[in-house]
Amino acid sequence: MNLLETDGLTAFYGDFQALFGVDLAIAEGEAVAIIGANGAGKSTLLRTITGQLAAPAGRVRFAGSPIGSLAPYRIVRHGIALVPEGRRLFSSLSVEENLRLGEQCRRQGPWTLERVYRLFPALARRRQAPAPALSGGEQQMAALGRALMTNPRLLLCDEISLGLAPTVIRDIYAALPGIRAQGTSVLIVEQDTNRALAVADRVYCLQEGRVTLSGAPRELTRDRIRRAYFGV
Amino acid sequence: MAWLNIVLQGTLLGGLYALFAAGLSLMFGVMRLVNIAHGDLIVLSAYCSLVIVQATGLHPLLSLGLVVPLMFAFGYALQRGLLNRTLGGDILPPLLVTFGLSVIIQNALLETFSADSRRLQAGALETASLRLGDAISLGWLPIIVFATAVLVIALLRFLLYRTALGRAFRATSDDPETAQLYGVDIRHVFGLATAVALSVLSIAGVLLAIRTNFDPTIGPARLLYAFEAVTIGGLGSPWGTLAGGIILGVAQSLGAAFDPGFEILAGHLAFLAVLLVRPRGLFPRMAD
Repeated sequence: MNLLETDGLTAFYGDFQALFGVDLAIAEGEAVAIIGANGAGKSTLLRTITGQLAAPAGRVRFAGSPIGSLAPYRIVRHGIALVPEGRRLFSSLSVEENLRLGEQCRRQGPWTLERVYRLFPALARRRQAPAPALSGGEQQMAALGRALMTNPRLLLCDEISLGLAPTVIRDIYAALPGIRAQGTSVLIVEQDTNRALAVADRVYCLQEGRVTLSGAPRELTRDRIRRAYFGV
Repeated sequence: MAWLNIVLQGTLLGGLYALFAAGLSLMFGVMRLVNIAHGDLIVLSAYCSLVIVQATGLHPLLSLGLVVPLMFAFGYALQRGLLNRTLGGDILPPLLVTFGLSVIIQNALLETFSADSRRLQAGALETASLRLGDAISLGWLPIIVFATAVLVIALLRFLLYRTALGRAFRATSDDPETAQLYGVDIRHVFGLATAVALSVLSIAGVLLAIRTNFDPTIGPARLLYAFEAVTIGGLGSPWGTLAGGIILGVAQSLGAAFDPGFEILAGHLAFLAVLLVRPRGLFPRMAD
């Protein structure tokens, strides 16, 4: 059975329609990537899954139950955690306090402060530092750690490589296998297509709010991806 | 020595102002809500205590055992039932609604209790004092008020910086939308913030009512003192709020010693002076 399913998902910002019937499925333990150009609807899709944008209840199903109409704080309690674009750490909280905020949803699981610090030793050294004092890479680790602290069954990562140096991106992505080893499913939104193809079991390509291509990375040729990505 | 006495009296008075200010600061800090009815809620707590004291014969200080939980519950209900609906992108609706609430509370109190001045009778405590030398004599009541302020502010600080609820308060203050993504139900958190704020101001209200006469119209002036103490101290800093209250209290006492008519004016002047030199207050913590 699929862990997450969307069925003809639509999303609107006022009169503007951003998603036109997106069908998406993620199995337990799977890593799925969503690629697409700016404005293709990738972040909107994540906002809809996490409840920041309302959807009809049945259009989003998680572990069998309809979650489309739930508020964000309820959806995270079901086990979906988002690492938001731009990290959005709480600036007046220390690193450790940011991580511990993930405890608010009271989900039990493998992830504790200790485990997160073992995954990202750089954070352990700066646990008392205020979040804005961290480097970009450390901030991204903290954002990832904060999401893990909710012990999600599905982790959504929105552009986690944005604005980071290549070596830092490598460090961040190096954490993914350890996260997946806990049985956590991962949904990655990336503009860096190569990165996405390298880590995902399956890829969806979005263009102007529609899925234009999907499949396992080895089934997809460069050419098909380019056409699905740009529409030319 | 006479001056030292004045400064000490002003410091103790400042504790009361800090109690006025703490709840106002908490509500603004957590949800950017400026509660214009703050002063009237202080007066409402005083009447609440008056009714309890008259009905049961309890000592006013003991009535806090009932007044605080009542105001806590009222605060939560007020936030969930009314004020949450006013919050959004615009800062004007909460201002207007709490302004309306202020008018309603004042008139309801006037209708129920008339315009007569009231006072909570605290017996021997009202006049008991501690003599320190010839020139200095501190009332036990002001000492109790000040000690309560220090205790309440220490507890607020503990709540904000050492508990899960405090983390939720501060995270919500930073970024409510993101806080929800990690399991914070902000409507509930807002409810609790107002509940805590009203609990604190209810303590201030009862202590005020033991200290001086009160009637239904004195709320707005208490709101003003609260604003001034918060602004002098710097938003978001609990100890700064205490310092702000003390500066206001000392300025008023010095003004009154110079000429009784200058008491209130001296407080306002001190406030303006701080605003001129340090527009963000003496101990600012929040970024905006």
